[in-house]
Amino acid sequence: MAIKERMSGNEAVSFAIRQINPDVMPAFPITPSTEIPQMVSTYIANGEIDTEFIPVESEHSAMSATIGAEAAGARSLTATSSAGLALMWEELLLAASNRLPLVLALVNRTLSGPININCDHSDGMGARDTGWIQIYAENNQEAYDNFIQAYPIAEDTRVHLPVMICQDGFITSHAVENITLLEDEPVKNFVGEYQPEEFLLNPGKPIAVGPYSVSNYAMEAKKNQEIALENSKEVILEVAKKFQKISGREYGLFEEYKTQDADYIMLIMGSAAGTAKQAVDDLRDKGKKVGVLKLRVFRPFPAEEIAMALKNCKAVAIMDRCESYNGNGGPLGSEVSAGLFRNKVMIETVNYIYGLAGRDFTVGDACDIFSELDDMIVNGKEVEQYQYVRLRK
Amino acid sequence: MSDYSLKTMMNKPDRLAPGHRMCAGCGATIGVRAVLRALHEGDHAVIGNATGCLEVSSFMYPYTAWEDSYIHNAFENAGATLSGVETAYKVLKKRGKLPEDVNFKFITFGGDGGTYDIGFQSLSGAMERGHDMVYVCYDNGAYMNTGIQRSSATPMYADTTTTPVGKKSNGKMQNRKDLASIIADHDVPYVAQTTFTTNFEDIHRKSEKAIYTEGASFLNIMAPCPRGWRYDTPDIMKICKLAVETCYWPLFEVEHGKWSLSYEPKKKLPIEDFLREQGRFKHLFKKGNEDLLVQFQAEVDRRWEDLLYKCARA
Repeated sequence: MAIKERMSGNEAVSFAIRQINPDVMPAFPITPSTEIPQMVSTYIANGEIDTEFIPVESEHSAMSATIGAEAAGARSLTATSSAGLALMWEELLLAASNRLPLVLALVNRTLSGPININCDHSDGMGARDTGWIQIYAENNQEAYDNFIQAYPIAEDTRVHLPVMICQDGFITSHAVENITLLEDEPVKNFVGEYQPEEFLLNPGKPIAVGPYSVSNYAMEAKKNQEIALENSKEVILEVAKKFQKISGREYGLFEEYKTQDADYIMLIMGSAAGTAKQAVDDLRDKGKKVGVLKLRVFRPFPAEEIAMALKNCKAVAIMDRCESYNGNGGPLGSEVSAGLFRNKVMIETVNYIYGLAGRDFTVGDACDIFSELDDMIVNGKEVEQYQYVRLRK
Repeated sequence: MSDYSLKTMMNKPDRLAPGHRMCAGCGATIGVRAVLRALHEGDHAVIGNATGCLEVSSFMYPYTAWEDSYIHNAFENAGATLSGVETAYKVLKKRGKLPEDVNFKFITFGGDGGTYDIGFQSLSGAMERGHDMVYVCYDNGAYMNTGIQRSSATPMYADTTTTPVGKKSNGKMQNRKDLASIIADHDVPYVAQTTFTTNFEDIHRKSEKAIYTEGASFLNIMAPCPRGWRYDTPDIMKICKLAVETCYWPLFEVEHGKWSLSYEPKKKLPIEDFLREQGRFKHLFKKGNEDLLVQFQAEVDRRWEDLLYKCARA
């Protein structure tokens, strides 16, 4: 029986953690992810779960202890945001290179400076080359569903990589919305027991973790990591299929919303996808052929699948909630364009930077973008290929 | 351990295998083998290690010198990493995922750079949270792995590659940090300072106490580095003896807040006896630098008096 509830995104992820009852959770407070360790601590204090919580003295230590616990053979996780993720950066790379299937609940918040607590994707995007799987949610429901799928993906022997489950700070993490939860039992059965093959606490079978590796070996280790990330695409889809059986909810690498016959598609990630969909509905009512491609899995990056999904449209607005200071566009702008080019899909693209540090992104903004694409294609208007939305000039 | 026998200790199987790539005469491996000898036979261990000489020379893929499970994570987080391992043990035991009769101990090694400096916060956190583990610092008084740069454990006036002696420099300008005291102030159940003495009783006894005292323990081992200190390699035992007899490196322990001296020299030797043997202090013996030796002696005396006061108060 599905449970109808009202919850914030942080509550939803904490509820999933309660249902999974993982072994070890080291965490350090930072806005807006703090509620997750708080809620987990409360579940522990009330005897609802018996996870061991480690109140570490920094996020660097949070990820270090999570790595230690996972290598020891315990199913482990942590949660963080923004500067916390930045402080973990070195350890993110080690979690992935040690092939540890741990999970991080990321509540996306902008990176300083200036210091600001609101949402953008600069934290997650800053960690985009650390070897982690990254899955983004549009709302509380997806944050919950994605979290339940995280361990089955991470722990699959074809993958063995850490997974970051991302939701937008405040917009998703703190806003209370309707949600459909699963019962505890099906979640427990779905996630299963963690059975590591090799672990530090295996009596009589000692292992050594974290070697010095000379050039003769290190390159193959890095390539193996890359192969595992490629493999994870298939596993993510398999896990999504199984999840659909218990939840009735369908997930892929991305969601295509009214894109089949669309002339113009907005490619977007996270909570603003909901805003974009509303704009699509409004414009469809006026007879405009527009759609949204909402990217769910950012790592591994489904370049070919995206290119195939976009190949029949006339222009795509690539939406980045992050500046990447390369003078050429945001992270999605660069990667989607490269993916289109490599797959010989030569459509027009415009890269829009929106919503930095919590700046609003409205249905009106999305409608304006669609009409700008239309102006470009129909009237030949010259459009800046890389531009900011709602920037005070 | 009144029935201490060096022979018995030395007959225990080595838990750090030979064939690693550490320098001949390195103090770190002598310290590691001494600490691991204190593990009771039949007990398992997970060894942690901060990045440093010990790590890069003992676990070079695909070889490891460690007989026990071992984890190296990074430079600054040996404390946090092992606290994760120890917590995993607690929860796996609690949930019946490990056999009841299996006993694991948790020991992590770090050089002074990884312990006094970059790993200080992670160490402090692990000690404050009271994980049942031992943090062992092999203190050779500089960043030896990267080529003898000063650390906060480097003694005053030492010639290092980032405090080089020159026309306008007499080496390091600051005194060394007293880390054992700082960790003792964390109120952990056991802290001790040791080095290699003639029959190794001090280090073996303290290691056993550190490993088998419940809660967080800290061992600070002076582990001379022939490259960085520039003494004749076979002289390591002489160097250690002089460090103790001059009271440069006093042997003490702090058990549940109670300070006690493990050894008091009958006649405290002048600090010159310790310094003279080492190339890093050669400049102190040049004409005109007599006052530097006086200052060095004054600092050793001040710290020794402070230690005597702490022990007497207990």
